[in-house]
Amino acid sequence: MDNAFGLLPPAASADAARLDPLILFLICVSGFMSLLIAATIVAFAVRYRRQARVNRSINAQANHGWLEATFITVPALVMAVMFAWGTHLYLGAVQAPADALQINVLGKQWMWKFQHPQGQREINELHVPVDRAVRLKMISEDVIHDLYVPAFRVKHDVVPGRYSTLWFTPTRAGEYHLFCSQYCGSKHSEMVGRVVVMSQSDYAGWLAGKTSNLTPQESGKRLYAQYRCGSCHKTLPEIGTCPPLEGIYNQRVPLADGTTVIADEAYLRESIVRPQAKIVAGYGKEPMPPFEGVLTEEGILDLIAYIKSLSPNVEKAAP
Amino acid sequence: MTEAIVPPEHHYLNDGYSARSWLLTTDHKRIAVLYLLTITFFFAVGGVAATIIRLELLTPAGDLVQSETYNKLFSIHGIIMVFFFLLPVIPSVLGNFLVPIMIGARDLAFPKLNLASWYVFWIGGLFTLWAVVVGGVDTGWTFYTPFSSVYTNTYVIATAAGVMIAGFSSIFTGLNFIVTIHKMRAPGLTWFRLPLFIWSMYATSVIMVLGTPVLAITLTLLALERLTHVGVFDPKIGGDPLLFQHLFWFYSHPAVYIMVLPAMGVVSELVTCFSRKKIFGYKAIAYSSMAIALFGFLVWGHHMFVSGQSVYAAVVFSMLSFLVALPSAVKVFNWTATLYKGSITFNTPLLYALGFIGLFTIGGLTGLFLATLAADVHLHDTYFVIAHFHYIMVGGTVMAYLGGLHFWWPKITGRMYPEVWARLSAIGIFIGFNLTFFPQYILGLQGMPRRYHVYPEEFQVLNVLSSAGASILAVAYAFPITYLLWSLKYGAIAPANPWNAVGLEWETTSPPPTHNFIEQPVVDHEAYNYAAPAQDSPQPIALESTAS
Amino acid sequence: MTSPTSQASTSHTQSHSATGHLPPVAMQFDDALQQHDACRLGMWLFLSTELMLFGGLFLAYTIFRIAHADVFAEASQHVAPGWATVMTALLLTSSLTMALAVQAVRDGLHRRATVCLLLTMLLGGGFIGIKLHEYHSLYAEHLAPLFGWPFGYSGQQDASLAKMFFVLYFFMTGLHALHMVIGISLLCWIMVAMIRKRDARRWSTAAEMVGLYWHFVDLVWVFLFPLLYLIRPDKWF
Repeated sequence: MDNAFGLLPPAASADAARLDPLILFLICVSGFMSLLIAATIVAFAVRYRRQARVNRSINAQANHGWLEATFITVPALVMAVMFAWGTHLYLGAVQAPADALQINVLGKQWMWKFQHPQGQREINELHVPVDRAVRLKMISEDVIHDLYVPAFRVKHDVVPGRYSTLWFTPTRAGEYHLFCSQYCGSKHSEMVGRVVVMSQSDYAGWLAGKTSNLTPQESGKRLYAQYRCGSCHKTLPEIGTCPPLEGIYNQRVPLADGTTVIADEAYLRESIVRPQAKIVAGYGKEPMPPFEGVLTEEGILDLIAYIKSLSPNVEKAAP
Repeated sequence: MTEAIVPPEHHYLNDGYSARSWLLTTDHKRIAVLYLLTITFFFAVGGVAATIIRLELLTPAGDLVQSETYNKLFSIHGIIMVFFFLLPVIPSVLGNFLVPIMIGARDLAFPKLNLASWYVFWIGGLFTLWAVVVGGVDTGWTFYTPFSSVYTNTYVIATAAGVMIAGFSSIFTGLNFIVTIHKMRAPGLTWFRLPLFIWSMYATSVIMVLGTPVLAITLTLLALERLTHVGVFDPKIGGDPLLFQHLFWFYSHPAVYIMVLPAMGVVSELVTCFSRKKIFGYKAIAYSSMAIALFGFLVWGHHMFVSGQSVYAAVVFSMLSFLVALPSAVKVFNWTATLYKGSITFNTPLLYALGFIGLFTIGGLTGLFLATLAADVHLHDTYFVIAHFHYIMVGGTVMAYLGGLHFWWPKITGRMYPEVWARLSAIGIFIGFNLTFFPQYILGLQGMPRRYHVYPEEFQVLNVLSSAGASILAVAYAFPITYLLWSLKYGAIAPANPWNAVGLEWETTSPPPTHNFIEQPVVDHEAYNYAAPAQDSPQPIALESTAS
Repeated sequence: MTSPTSQASTSHTQSHSATGHLPPVAMQFDDALQQHDACRLGMWLFLSTELMLFGGLFLAYTIFRIAHADVFAEASQHVAPGWATVMTALLLTSSLTMALAVQAVRDGLHRRATVCLLLTMLLGGGFIGIKLHEYHSLYAEHLAPLFGWPFGYSGQQDASLAKMFFVLYFFMTGLHALHMVIGISLLCWIMVAMIRKRDARRWSTAAEMVGLYWHFVDLVWVFLFPLLYLIRPDKWF
């Protein structure tokens, strides 16, 4: 019954296995309540139809307070169960495990681009190994999209200008639908693809067989050199006009306005496209040019991958 | 029947026949009739779009229209149906006609403002229709940014202007109702003697007055971004795309209650009249309307569970969404309890009311799926959502509106509608509706995203079923339009109180005189004081005429 | 809170109801008191929608002000807080003359009412005048990003974000100025009607409603002034 009698798509992820009992519970409760109310209405309507000879005397003095209290408390209790169950699962699925396989996702009108950690790229197709947590780092190049895999029961908006993450652990090999579920323009319904879940060895084989592009980190290193980032971001102990980048990833950085910020992916991205937004304390006399529109979103992802590689100790603890 | 029913000599309908006497009228009843015609027109426009959508979805491939056209069709369907049909339908037609009469007033507090609201509505409507005619708009009724503000090249500004202008008509109506209900009740008509329809109109008006301006400013900011290319919502130029969603849903979620609260008021009237019994839990229903209006402003974030808003905000919004479901549940139970030991006749209005209760229950319960965080992650933006809100808005609001229209038709026009035809259409609409939208729940559970022009083949069976249901629904909707028009000339003359109902609107003639009452009514009892049904069971006249 | 005025107006309406000097009672109302109360409630409701309208705008402003704090601070140095202070003074004074006008109309003091209304309109007109001057100087500096006019921002900060400040500046003050113009037109209408009929008290309700509106529009400015002009004032004029 891993597709709930055909009502749900095949359950192919750990999330699906956790969620499906909740959805079945919701279906049962609403089915029961709908039938109960429909049956009561029909029963009353028939029994107390105008022509029927039945006892209609009501005690006008009767206090219906207890009945009305029931009308409130019973649904409230049922809803409390739904809320607690749903929230428990939702909060449990926020944090991806540290050892998750990280795949970069770029949504644009109207295609999905994926890049694996070793650099393999694919379009509208995503190959993932079974039984291993996969973390998608997603960003959109234009409008809001939404990556949705019904068989995994997961979806998340893919927003321009900020990274969003989605993670799942596939549990069954096979091919599944991949949809864009946030309306994004003319060919919204053609922004679809498939997720191919493979055994771990098949995945390794697939990766090996794929013409290997540069890894994100290597492409990032090239970009870093091409745009001469190193001429200002000098390697310690040299002091440049911009802050050094070694070891900063996920560190707390003091800013010029007295506050601090964690140098996570969101901050790194902002500092590349709009460097003036949050300037590190002690810098900013020679402002860095903004790279908005200069670098593609893929380029930014690559650069961040490279900057992260300069902080080898924290690489594993990616949030 | 003992004596022939004679229509009143003077009433609002024969108080002048010139175009001027209609187009410059300040009589709330005539304005209600103007709205009735307008709203029916917009319903037809939205319905045509829906028909083409359902035809296109018969096959998985996009073979009837191109994707650009399809996107414009569902956008037009949504925009017209939400802003130009569902939001105004019950307040502007039934509310305009009934609010002053039900509280024993001669007119609304500001009759000229009322007329202005109709003209403003038309100006908004013309902007939108113009946008549709010259090229359409393809943003969906939600206008999500940055797609709407930067990327699409369709007529967003004209449409947004139309929606915004129509919003002012909604503000005018709400303001008028609140003042009228506060200040112009007949002597003796205390707050807890008011019909529940009035309570629901009051709650609705509060949302209209406080919510609509936020929509106006949101759409203006959207237009501003399109016009000046300054970064309001597009992150590429420094804007915030989620800000739009917050502002939009701050209005548009309460707007759902603008659509359904009046329907609840209508159903309260119908259930109590046709079970000839005082409503069960009057105060609970009245308070729950107000509770829905207030809590309705605090749940907008449940449209954004997968948008990237803070996890903690999502938890709070989920909890508040469950809270707002409670008053609705209370109402459903109270209506059901009202039937108990009643003396029930199955006239058309009650059939619609019972249909409403059933469909609203399903719509409400499936809303709980979407309030449950983990379940919403799977169901968000799928056909499950489509089915859910159509059960609330079409199964709920439209059913209640049609029920109310039949119930008060004799009062509005002075003619009875043909009961047999009306019952048949009510049943047809119920069946057609369920066939259309129930399959969409299953499509959603299976993961079919909304707004899909082409779709995978495994979804075809359910889509064909849905389209088949839609054809029944379309035919069933054509029936009332036809026989109600027919009844204007050939329907039986309506007596002042064809249903033996209580309420001030039944104490005046059918149709009422221009100033509603010959003498100022005085109220000395609570609403729905039907005599104990065991002793009193006069047959409604309409029932007799068809039973023979 | 409103009881003193409402009692005052109540006693007026009742004591003079036979003289015919009061606002005529419309068909749908029972008496002048009911009409007056209905109008006042209607006006407050209208102002509450206005509050939500400006509220949404202030919310959007606040979000962008936080997101681009330094840009807004720098860009705001191109508007003149000195002139804005003068405008604030004009507007606050006009609220006083407006209140006096309402009182005079209510008491049937024809001459005094006319003078107060005229003063209010002049102060309001002065406000609009300075506003237009300010718009013009921004236009001359190429800082009015409207209607495709040339826009050129020279500063440390990002020009496209600075443009955001100016768009919001023009939109917010423009919407406010539009409200002012409507207010002045209403005052003009009352004054002309009053002079023609030589009967002030007939317009007491109308004057009171316009008065409420006028005070509200003033209040909006009291918030706009610090938000737009006093972030980091540089040169005052």
